[in-house]
Amino acid sequence: MGLELIIALAGNPNVGKSTVFNSLTGLRQHTGNWPGKTVSNARGQYRHKDREFTLVDIPGTYSLMANSVEEEVARDYICFGRPDATVVVADATCLERNLILVLQTLEITDKVVVCVNLMDEAQKKKIKINLKDLSKCLGVPVVGTSARNNRGLKDLMAAVDRVVRRDTLMQPLKVTYGDDIEKAIVSIEPYIKRMTGDQINSRWAAVKLLDGDERMSSALQKHCDGNLFNDKILSGQLDAARSILAENGIKPGDLRDRIISCTVRVAEKISRLVVTFENENYNSLDRRIDRVVTSQLFGIPVMLGLLGVIFWLTIAGANYPSKIIASFLFLVEDRLTEMFLSAGWPDWLHGLLVLGMYRTLAWVVAVMLPPMAIFFPLFTLLEDLGYLPRIAFNLDNFFKKACAHGKQALTMCMGFGCNAAGVVGCRIIESPRERLIAILTNVFVPCNGRFPTLIAISSIFIGGSLSGAFRSVFSALTLMGVIVLGVLMTLLISRLLSSTLLKGLPSSFTLELPPYRRPRVGQIIIRSVLDRTFFVLGRAAAVAAPAGMVIWSMANIQVGGASLLEHGAGFLQPLAGLLGLDGYILMGFILGFPANEIILPIIIMSYMAEGSMLTIDSLEALQQLLVSHGWTWLTAVCVMLFSLMHYPCGTTLWTIKKETRSIKWTVISFLVPTITGIAVCFLVATIVRMLGLI
Amino acid sequence: MKEYLIPLHQLPLGSTARVRKIVAEGNIRRRMLDLGLIADTMVEALQKSPSGDPTAYQIRGAVIALRSEEASKIIVSID
Repeated sequence: MGLELIIALAGNPNVGKSTVFNSLTGLRQHTGNWPGKTVSNARGQYRHKDREFTLVDIPGTYSLMANSVEEEVARDYICFGRPDATVVVADATCLERNLILVLQTLEITDKVVVCVNLMDEAQKKKIKINLKDLSKCLGVPVVGTSARNNRGLKDLMAAVDRVVRRDTLMQPLKVTYGDDIEKAIVSIEPYIKRMTGDQINSRWAAVKLLDGDERMSSALQKHCDGNLFNDKILSGQLDAARSILAENGIKPGDLRDRIISCTVRVAEKISRLVVTFENENYNSLDRRIDRVVTSQLFGIPVMLGLLGVIFWLTIAGANYPSKIIASFLFLVEDRLTEMFLSAGWPDWLHGLLVLGMYRTLAWVVAVMLPPMAIFFPLFTLLEDLGYLPRIAFNLDNFFKKACAHGKQALTMCMGFGCNAAGVVGCRIIESPRERLIAILTNVFVPCNGRFPTLIAISSIFIGGSLSGAFRSVFSALTLMGVIVLGVLMTLLISRLLSSTLLKGLPSSFTLELPPYRRPRVGQIIIRSVLDRTFFVLGRAAAVAAPAGMVIWSMANIQVGGASLLEHGAGFLQPLAGLLGLDGYILMGFILGFPANEIILPIIIMSYMAEGSMLTIDSLEALQQLLVSHGWTWLTAVCVMLFSLMHYPCGTTLWTIKKETRSIKWTVISFLVPTITGIAVCFLVATIVRMLGLI
Repeated sequence: MKEYLIPLHQLPLGSTARVRKIVAEGNIRRRMLDLGLIADTMVEALQKSPSGDPTAYQIRGAVIALRSEEASKIIVSID
C-alpha cells in the first residue's frame, strides 16, 4: 500500500462539499452557497489514526456523464486518478436528486463512502432520513454529517478508514439497464477486462464505449496501458453489440437516455424508502422569500437596495476607523523620523524607508482595511445565505438578450471577489464561445483590489460639499452607479462580442436555486476577515512596499532638472488630460499593473513626493492634497471610470492566458476593457468640458 | 379523466404537471436527464424571474430555473 492515501471528495454543486473539505483538513478554502464554487481540484491533508490522508476536492457536478469540462475533470479523477476511496457528499434536504450522482459513482468504483451532509438543515425542515436503510440499499457506508457544526466528521473519517483498509462489507448497488442493454454489455466486457486488467471498472467502460462517448475513448487511451483505441477486435465487438441493441429497437442515441432513466428511477425508489417528509411544505419559507426577492415588482429594487445598503454601511462605517488608523500610523511615522534623525542615518535612507515604503504601507492600511473589514463580511453574508443564484435568476434575461450565458451572472459575482477567480470560475460555462465572452468581460466588475479605491474616492471626494449622513448616502449611490455601469458594460460588451468576434446564439442553461441557509455569523466574520481582508491587504502590502520605494526614488532622482516621476507624468500628461486624468494618475494605473490595490497609494505618494505636503493625518487632508493637485469632481469620476474599465491586473491576465491557452485571446482581453475605458473617459471628459460643467 | 399535453413553459405558475416527453436534443437533453427530468417526473412551476423569463421549477426536491426555450422542449401533461 502506498504511503499517501488519496481520498476524492465528490458531490452535486452546493451541498457543502467545500465545508466538509475545510472541516476535515482545517484549510480555509473559500465556500459559498452557490453552484460552481470549486472549479479545480483543491488538495488538503488530515490525520486519522496516525495515518495521513490527502483529500482532493473535485468540482461539484450533477452527473459523471462528462457533459462539461468540470464533469470531465470530476469523472476523470474518480475513474483514472485511482483514489483510495471516494466520498460522495449528498444534500440531506434534496437526497433524491443527489442519489443520481451517488449511483453513477458506484458504477465506476466500489470504494465509496456516502456522506449525507446538511443533516441540521434537514432536521429543521422535518425531513427524516434513515441512514441505516440507505447504507443497506447502496451497499456502502453512509455517514450523516453537519459539516458546518463539525458534527459527524469523526464518523466520516472512521468510515473512510474502514473502506481504505477494506475493513467493511462492500456490496455496492449496481443499477441494471434491462435485458437488452445488459446483453450488449456482457458481450464486450470480458475483452475490455482482459485488455485493461484492474485499471478500470470494465462494466462501466463497456457502457461508455457502447454509448460512443468519444471523450471516454480518448480518456481511456490517455490513462490506460492496454491500448483500446483503434483496437480492431474491440471495434468489431462494439459493432456487433450495437446491432443487437438496434435489433431490439435501441438506437445509439437512446442508450444514454435509458441508462440515466434507470439510474433516476432507482434513486427515486431508494429515496421513497429512506426519506420521510414530516412536513410536506418543508420549503415554504424559501418559496415565500423567493416570491419577494425574485418577484417582478421587487426583484430588481431589492437587489439594488441590498447593494446600496452594503455600500452605505461600508462607507459610513469605514470613515471613522480610517481616521483613527491614519492618525495613529502617521504618529508612528513621526516617531520613526525622529528615530532616524537622532540616529544620524542618511537622508536618502530615511526617504526610502520612511517616506517611501512606510508611508505607502500606512496609506494602504488606513484607506483599505476599514472598508474591506466591513464590506467583505457583508458580501460573504449574502453569499452564505444563497442570494447570489437569485441575482443570476433575476438578471438571466438580460444576459440572454446579450447572447451570453446565464451563468455569466455568477462568474460576474465571483469577479467581485477577484477577477482571476472569476476567470477560472468561467469553467462552469459549457459552451466555449460563451465562456470566452464571460472571461473577456469579467474585468468589468471591480474586484477586491479596486473596491477600496472606488470606496475611498467616492467617500472622500464625491459629495464632498454635503455634510454627515447625506454625504455617505451620496457616496454609496455613486458607488452603486459605478457597479450598475459595470454590469451594463458587461452586457453591452458581451452583446458586441457576440455579434463580432464571437458570433453565435445563446446556448441553453439550467440554474439551481439552492435552499436558503442560515448564515453562521461568527464563521463569516472570521472567514471574510482572515481569508479575504488580510489576504488582500497582505497582497497589497507586499506590492506596495517595494512600489513605495520605487516611487520615492523616482520622485527624488533628478535628471535634467526634473525628477523621473515628473518626466514620466509629463510624458503621459497629454493623453491623461484627454481622459480627464493627469499624468500621475495614469502612471499610477500603469505601475499598478501587478496589483490594482496600489494604484491609489501610488497616486498619493507621487503627489506627496512633489513636496507640496509633508504629512497627511486625516481623510480631509487627503482631499485637500488631491484638490491642490487639480482634482475636480470630473477627475474623481474619470478615475473611478478608468478604475472600473482598464486592463486586467497581472494575475488575472496570466490566469486568462492559462484558461484560454491562447495569446490572441489574452491580448484581446487586455485590449477590450482598455479601449472601452479610454473611450468612456474621453467621452465623459470631453462632453463635460464642452458643456462647460467644470 | 382527460389529460392535456402542453409544453412546460405554458404550465401556469403554481400548478404541477407530469413529464411525458423531452424533445430537446444533444447537450441540453443530457443536462435535463441529469437533473432527473425523465418521463413521469412531477414538475411544479414556482415563479418567473422579474423580466418574465426564466421560470423556476420544483424538480425532484430541487428548484431549477429554465429559460422558456428549454422549458418549451419538455412536454408535460396536466389532468
